[in-house]
Amino acid sequence: MIKVSRREALATLTAVGVSAGFSKVSYASGKVVKVGISLAMSGPVAALGESIWRGVSLYQKLHQDSLPNGLKVEVIQRDDGGNSDDIKRIAQELVVRDGVQILGGVALSPQAFALAPLVTRAKIPLVIMNASTARITRESPYIVRTSTTLWQTSFTLGEWAAANGHKKVYTLVADYAAGLDAEAAFTKGFTGKGGQIVGSVRAPVTTTDYLPYMQNIKNSGADTVFMFVNAGRINAATTAFAGAGLKQAGLGLIGPGDVAMDDDIANMGNNVVGMVTAGIYFTKNPVKANSEFLEAWKKEYGANALPNFLSAAGWDGMTAIYDLVRSTGGNFTADQAMQFLSNWKDPESPRGPIAIDPQTRDIVQTVYINRVEMIDGKPTNVNLSKVENVKDPWKQLNPPK
Amino acid sequence: MTDTLISILFSGTAFATVLYLVSVGLSITMGLLGIANLAHGAFAMAGGYIAFTLVNRLGVNFFVALAIAAAIVALISVILERLIYAPVYNAGELEQVLLSIGLIFVSIAVAQFAFGPLPLAVNVPSSLQGQIQLGWRSFPAYRVFLIGFGAVVFVALWFAIERTGLGARIRAAVDNRAMAEGVGINTRTLFTVVFAIGSALAAVGGALGSEVVALTPFYPLEYLVYFLIVVAVGGLGTVGGPALAALLLGFGDSACKILVPGFGAFFIYVVVFLVLLLRPNGLFGRA
Repeated sequence: MIKVSRREALATLTAVGVSAGFSKVSYASGKVVKVGISLAMSGPVAALGESIWRGVSLYQKLHQDSLPNGLKVEVIQRDDGGNSDDIKRIAQELVVRDGVQILGGVALSPQAFALAPLVTRAKIPLVIMNASTARITRESPYIVRTSTTLWQTSFTLGEWAAANGHKKVYTLVADYAAGLDAEAAFTKGFTGKGGQIVGSVRAPVTTTDYLPYMQNIKNSGADTVFMFVNAGRINAATTAFAGAGLKQAGLGLIGPGDVAMDDDIANMGNNVVGMVTAGIYFTKNPVKANSEFLEAWKKEYGANALPNFLSAAGWDGMTAIYDLVRSTGGNFTADQAMQFLSNWKDPESPRGPIAIDPQTRDIVQTVYINRVEMIDGKPTNVNLSKVENVKDPWKQLNPPK
Repeated sequence: MTDTLISILFSGTAFATVLYLVSVGLSITMGLLGIANLAHGAFAMAGGYIAFTLVNRLGVNFFVALAIAAAIVALISVILERLIYAPVYNAGELEQVLLSIGLIFVSIAVAQFAFGPLPLAVNVPSSLQGQIQLGWRSFPAYRVFLIGFGAVVFVALWFAIERTGLGARIRAAVDNRAMAEGVGINTRTLFTVVFAIGSALAAVGGALGSEVVALTPFYPLEYLVYFLIVVAVGGLGTVGGPALAALLLGFGDSACKILVPGFGAFFIYVVVFLVLLLRPNGLFGRA
């Protein structure tokens, strides 16, 4: 008689169980589409990367079993720290070693410019989920953008401001590419509709104290300040604005939605209340898709957690990728993918209807003019008006040669 | 014109106060202990985050929270001093720099894990919000308080260092440690006490200054240059030096922002360059 010890029996049973499990998986997963997401998850702009990643991973978590015939999307995430050299190396590794079919993410514009030649050569579709310099989608035919451009928000705000009683504006922007973009876009939109810029200043990105700038604004006779400071500086800038008495004197404070993200301003005090911004996403958006998005978000990240426009861009980027995989069954070439993504639209995104413009591969969406109000003790964006189907104005003003 | 001048002086002083509160501890510990503790800003950040948690999340009184934050950070710093810094007191500067840079990265990771990457600020009590009228002109109330607080700390520190027995022992140890030990001063205990005081001041600076200098996980690295400039320009181991250096930095910074905004980013580096060229040991430094 063969004596079987308990341990051997257990080992055998486990082995059977494991192999059964494996065969089940390999049987069910017909095809896996690998998506490489490179984001700044550490470093000074980690807040951007984290917001996008939360949107991406929440979508992935909720939809990974939604594809038919065991089709799977596998997301491989890498941290590039916001660095342009690193994102190139990481993208190369993702394509060559991991065999991804689509790249996504990209927090900063210089990173997108660094990646453009690489995705052109490798023929890998790149879904940009933040990097908001207008020209980026012209840099490669394999780039599509689901976030926004600073021109889309700031230009629209400029036209709105001129039509809504703001006459003399002083612009205060951070002295880096995005700040200059915002300044140029706002100025173009505002002066084009008859507004007057009475002064402008570019604060170094290292600035911590904005009070000194307020003195010149006071002297300039401006009725409104257009502000776009780099991340982490918004509280200091709005505090200086109120501290110098400009808020009390009745000056308006306006800017692109970047400076009034709901999750960000919730941590700030009374000074941000009254600020008017032009953004592409706000948490109080009444569309059904947004309430579902918010509910899923709070369930995943906590009752006090809020998404922002970056999270929405990450979520919508994943929606586009899933739609592509679903419609092609996972079998597509880079050019077929670009054909699909360039014509992709989602009438029910958390930010309202969005679409990709097939001519420019850039996003067309609603720009919301919001005002920060105190709701339940927390500064929150409330909608004033909206402009629908906004295309990137920079591309319309600067047609390709 | 007078209005502009007053603006320069006022906003410069307020900014200088925050820099001073955080940096004076670094100046004293570097002068006394001879250790390049680049992670000093991490104590300021810790103070800020503790005060943030107490005030914004738990509803503790602002001033009570300041005291608690200072006490907790002082305690943490004593533990770190005994366990981590003491072994490198006699090591070279490179080891000290590597150690404290390492601590910076640890603190960044801890802060990001615990509080997330978003910038935060401690809620200021409503009595200190808005503007107050001083003479013919109104000023931001919180900044006025900040300047007053900085002045009190400066006088208290000056008195403690120049006029008390403890201060005399600290000065003796800074000037000549071997001799100080020779006459029976227990420099080991003295080091710990000074380290704790320096860290507590940084914590108060971090918490009070969060309106001006937002709390982010990258705080210790992002503002390190400012802290080091104050220490280097002011000279090591003094109370007055960092105060003068911080004021110089604050005035220069706000003057440039108001008068020649495009030049703002370069100004402080030019000044530091010139000062250190003429006085390599800082304005008050002893050769």
